[in-house]
Amino acid sequence: MEEKIIHIKVPADRSVIEKLKAGDRVLISGSMLTGRDAAHKRLFELIQQGKPLPVEISGQFIYYVGPTPPKPGEIIGSAGPTTSGRMDAYAPALMEKGLLGMIGKGARDEKVKKAMMDFKAVYFAAIGGAGALISKRIVSSEVIAYEDLGPEAIRRIEVKDFPAVVINDIYGNDLYEQGRKLYAVK
Amino acid sequence: MRLIKCEKITGVVERMVIDANHYLPYDIFNCMKDAADKETTKKPKTILYKILENHKIAKKGTYPLCQDTGIAVVFLEVGNETATDGDIYKAVNKGVEAGYSKGFLRKSMADPLTRENTGTNTPAIIHTKLVKGPHIKISLMTKGAGAENKSALKMLNPSDGIEGIKKFVIETVKKAGASACPPFVIGIGIGGNMETCALLAKKSLMRELDDYNKSDKNAAKLENELFKEINRLNIGPLGFGGDTTALGVKIETKPCHIASLPVAVNIQCHSSRHKTFTI
Repeated sequence: MEEKIIHIKVPADRSVIEKLKAGDRVLISGSMLTGRDAAHKRLFELIQQGKPLPVEISGQFIYYVGPTPPKPGEIIGSAGPTTSGRMDAYAPALMEKGLLGMIGKGARDEKVKKAMMDFKAVYFAAIGGAGALISKRIVSSEVIAYEDLGPEAIRRIEVKDFPAVVINDIYGNDLYEQGRKLYAVK
Repeated sequence: MRLIKCEKITGVVERMVIDANHYLPYDIFNCMKDAADKETTKKPKTILYKILENHKIAKKGTYPLCQDTGIAVVFLEVGNETATDGDIYKAVNKGVEAGYSKGFLRKSMADPLTRENTGTNTPAIIHTKLVKGPHIKISLMTKGAGAENKSALKMLNPSDGIEGIKKFVIETVKKAGASACPPFVIGIGIGGNMETCALLAKKSLMRELDDYNKSDKNAAKLENELFKEINRLNIGPLGFGGDTTALGVKIETKPCHIASLPVAVNIQCHSSRHKTFTI
């Protein structure tokens, strides 16, 4: 079976999201945000207080990553995905603000899956534990908020052909569940 | 009495921390290579080859294997014929701090309540054992949180028996799933008491993949059975399905109370980074 690869430009609009199905392999190019535990907590608290966010969320993709420091002359260090489940408590609020894509690793909880259907957002997995390989696809990186959080700061990164797989689409499909079933009948 | 300078220990630890984060142990690399060749469908095969490619990039020294460069877990075996010229714990921590700084590794240690980063990736987790002889053996593991977070400990009842142990291990591996970056090495401690079984589980992860438990034939049998059962779960490389869920299962046992059956399962991701050096 030859898998087709879908090229996605980010930021994207919803028509792109609507076409994606769990199991699709994608190469993402363009500009996206990074953020993990501590940054999510701060964004979530601002949303709860009805205060403005330090970054625009609407139409954006967010990559759950805390990279290693870049060596001199390098753009970024190792930059693989972190476990997405830790962002589950915060993700629905960000989707409500217009977040379109999340990239990480591992399964999401039911509330997040429902929010993806309600707000039309997609969850992708990047290659967990392949931080060195993924770094090669990041062409620029700039801290744009919460610099005090160090590796957990929010960055804007430019990526070229960043490899990922759709785990949850807006139709309620889940690749992790499908994958296990597929091999279970073998 | 052999004098070992703290400076020497610091230097060795610094080097080990950097090396561990850039080079996968050979047994892990070779096992994944074999697994990639054996997978019969494209997705798990592709994922395993990507992980191997990641290792080839990392060993050039610019990018660590994983962005989670871990917390440093250090097992010290201190020979009774050695003396150091200062505080051995300080020497180890100094080496960890220097390695994470000079190696451009991520500092991931934080206060558990305030969540404030210590900024140095210290303190290291250090376990010490006194042994005979004129050497200090340092075994170091840089352990990421993705897999550590999915580890679990349970105080079973003796009536739960072998079946109960298996059930708990399988449940823990299933819960770990894609989040903990399979294929895994599963370290299991059985017996002792609460803290001992956890330590046995961690320690077992330092063993080579082909090293079965030679001192306890029941444990060796259980290693083999669990290895087969875990690889029938179809979690597969990075959880996308496939035949390779575990690269190895390691079990260490110790006698326990007649009323207890403590079991700890320490999950190790495919980036099983560890090194040993003897001074």
